[in-house]
Amino acid sequence: MSSKPGWREIPIGAVLLEPGSSVKVRTGDWRTFKPIIDQSKCVRCLLCWIYCPDASIKVIDVNGKVDHVEIDYEHCKGCGICERVCPRNAITMKPEGE
Amino acid sequence: MTVSSGELKKARIVGLTGDEAVAQAVKQCDVDVISAYPITPQTIIVERLSEFVANGELDAEFVPVESEHSALSVVTASALTGARVFTATSSQGLALMYEILYITSALRTPVVMAIVNRALSAPINIHCDHSDTLGARDSGWIQLYGENVQEAYDLIFQAYKIAENRNVLLPVMVCLDGFTLSHTLERVELIDDQDALSYLPKKLCYPFPINPERPATYGPLALTDFYFEFKVQQAEAMRQALSVIPQAMREYEKISGRHYYFFDAYGLEDADVAVVCLGSASGTMRYIARELRKEGHKVALVKLTVYRPFPTEELVSALEDMKVVIAMDRSLSFGAVGGPLFEDLRSAFYDHEKRPLIGCIVYGLGGRDLTPSDARSIFKYGLEIAKTGMVPERVKFVGVRE
Ligand code: SF4
Ligand code: SF4
Repeated sequence: MSSKPGWREIPIGAVLLEPGSSVKVRTGDWRTFKPIIDQSKCVRCLLCWIYCPDASIKVIDVNGKVDHVEIDYEHCKGCGICERVCPRNAITMKPEGE
Repeated sequence: MTVSSGELKKARIVGLTGDEAVAQAVKQCDVDVISAYPITPQTIIVERLSEFVANGELDAEFVPVESEHSALSVVTASALTGARVFTATSSQGLALMYEILYITSALRTPVVMAIVNRALSAPINIHCDHSDTLGARDSGWIQLYGENVQEAYDLIFQAYKIAENRNVLLPVMVCLDGFTLSHTLERVELIDDQDALSYLPKKLCYPFPINPERPATYGPLALTDFYFEFKVQQAEAMRQALSVIPQAMREYEKISGRHYYFFDAYGLEDADVAVVCLGSASGTMRYIARELRKEGHKVALVKLTVYRPFPTEELVSALEDMKVVIAMDRSLSFGAVGGPLFEDLRSAFYDHEKRPLIGCIVYGLGGRDLTPSDARSIFKYGLEIAKTGMVPERVKFVGVRE
């Protein structure tokens, strides 16, 4: 707590002057179930990327082409939507800490 | 308010009701955005303002809305762009604004709102008491109370001056008693349009006006790690207001010749008993105080103009030599120690060596008239306490049928 700025140091009215700062909030801490992708089943259809409400599916390109998808665990809240929409059952939700 | 002589422009004198005077002042403040929903006894304020906008006398955006909740939302958001804004309401309308009241103050938007005091339902009642605004005393708004139509007019200018001060940036309620002031025609001295504009801060005082070139987030989530800090900032702004308010009042005196302070005191120099009250009842109370003083009773009247922030130190030093202080509350705090003004006053004296006996009078609920004989009985009650050295009842109701 003491590493955070005091009341004199922050803008009044809770205005966030820097746009896009939500990237810095580690919403991944809220997760209780963690999506795991089985790359051997995944066909890169990107349905998970379309449906993820937290933009936490990262598409990794190699030479301008989709190579594979990964999960951004810093921001993934573990809602499980990606697991439901995956047509290949390539995603499984595992309890955190397992 | 006392009139001082000095070199001033000749004032234009007109006859206006309280509502019309508020509208006139708002026009002279050159506001940019007005949003409101009609409610008795406030309606005439925004009716007049909509006429000023419609006939071109005032270059402002007038946003008619479907509720007071929306009216305050519109002006709060408009203030975030740096606009000077205004709204007005009464009673149930203020109650419906409750959610936004706290947001307006927490976003630090310098909104000015006139409240024409009216009792809260139920039973439904359109007449004056202070339960609407006193209920909102913890919402982070500065509260100013006018005694007469002239003061309601003058306080609008001072409200913008205070609200828009960079060290304050808090919303301000200018309160005037329903019907007694809002619908009563009185003599009003208008200040000069140019004087008004040079008295007020330059527009765009809000430090982070919404600007597409510089995107920012307004009203974000602040949880256990930050919320507390923002509340302390608001408390600090209220503390700052205690020095900004008298300064704004002194500067207003220069253009108007009318003196304002946190409170107006009559007869304190030699009094034993002082009565403290808010709003239009002060006129009757002062009149009776004058009569009683002629009869040899040492009584005084303190009319409180600024209720939030509560001028604790100033009131304590003004009243410390009294034997008895009577707080007149025109609202009830059910189940509390006493009325809100009484509680504030009594608590203000707790740390002080010299503590007068303090009594609470509740009067005038739902517009019940405060008659001169009621006023006399209130002073007599105080004089009786001074004689016996004890307060017989913590809260005494005046003007109610047993
Ligand atoms: S669990 Fe939910 S938040 Fe996480 S990657 Fe899947 S869809 Fe996105
Ligand atoms: S939905 Fe399934 S198959 Fe499609 S990209 Fe995502 S993980 Fe791979």
